[in-house]
Amino acid sequence: MNYREAITTISELLDDQVVICANGLISRETFTIKDRTENFYMIGSMGMASSIGLGVALNKPSKKIIILEGDGNLLMNLGSLPMAGSLQPENLLHIVLDNEVYASTGNQPTISNTIELEEIAKSARYAYVKKVSTNEDLKREMTHTLEKEGPSFILVKISDTTEQVGIGRVTHSPEQIKERFMSAINK
Amino acid sequence: MLKSEDFAQALIDSGYDFFTGVPCSIIGNLITTLTDRSDITYIPAVREDAAVGVASGAYMAGKIPVVLMQNSGIGQCLNTLTSLNLIYKLPCLLIVTWRGFEGKDAPEHLVMGRTCNKLLDTVGIPHHSFNHDNIKSLINMSYRLVTENREPLVLFLKKGIIE
Repeated sequence: MNYREAITTISELLDDQVVICANGLISRETFTIKDRTENFYMIGSMGMASSIGLGVALNKPSKKIIILEGDGNLLMNLGSLPMAGSLQPENLLHIVLDNEVYASTGNQPTISNTIELEEIAKSARYAYVKKVSTNEDLKREMTHTLEKEGPSFILVKISDTTEQVGIGRVTHSPEQIKERFMSAINK
Repeated sequence: MLKSEDFAQALIDSGYDFFTGVPCSIIGNLITTLTDRSDITYIPAVREDAAVGVASGAYMAGKIPVVLMQNSGIGQCLNTLTSLNLIYKLPCLLIVTWRGFEGKDAPEHLVMGRTCNKLLDTVGIPHHSFNHDNIKSLINMSYRLVTENREPLVLFLKKGIIE
């Protein structure tokens, strides 16, 4: 599975859920596959997707909040896992696309080839933790966790790190991203 | 000195309704007060950038957030303030304790104590300082600035102003 397949699968299962998309290829790919007003596209502040998502989740208990980030993003803000675990927001679904590299800057290795991020999520008291490596398993776990009370954590192992062609850049300005996101989630 | 309970009440009365941060001894009682109140939420953050991130999410979900930290934490969250809050226009009030003010503090506070205000000037984050006479007026003004300008605003708090 490559990250485009994973993000396509995730996008196809979404209805009105709120998604915080990490900076770099994840935001660009999510925007290119299916732009939604409920997507908050980050272009900077690497590592903060998990914290922003937690802040939204705590204050929008009636909506499912999805954090969509990579292994590099999570490793930069690992403290966000125990923060979420200690607060136990039931509406939080944390998805980490783990390709073991910083894909946005040319596939330099992270350290997640030897560190099991899902074990850290477990010890941080996420209520439901799964590791998947096929598109079929991702679809099943995503469908399951969208309905289930969390906080849930899905680690998606991405084995194919070939750079995808034709990835657009998010064409909305940062302020536009925020304004339409806030209108969509607060209506 | 103003009691931390009254300081917290002034923040709440002006309209702030979400609190997060990292402790400093100067705001120890304030954080205890906020934590103990059942009518508002105080989220203990593990780092100052995580606090700013959580506050930004809370703002987008309809809250007007306050982040509490020591000035050492400005170093931790500077990238989040510049590449998230300033460019997306995501506001929050940052109450920042000013350790190392006028060089009177432990060595680890001296560099940031000398430069924290200039650092904010350089990146373009407005800031003011509390004194004994301006606490409530500054809090009320901050709420207006934060919500109208939709940008982060720092209010520095030195030792000896709240207890």
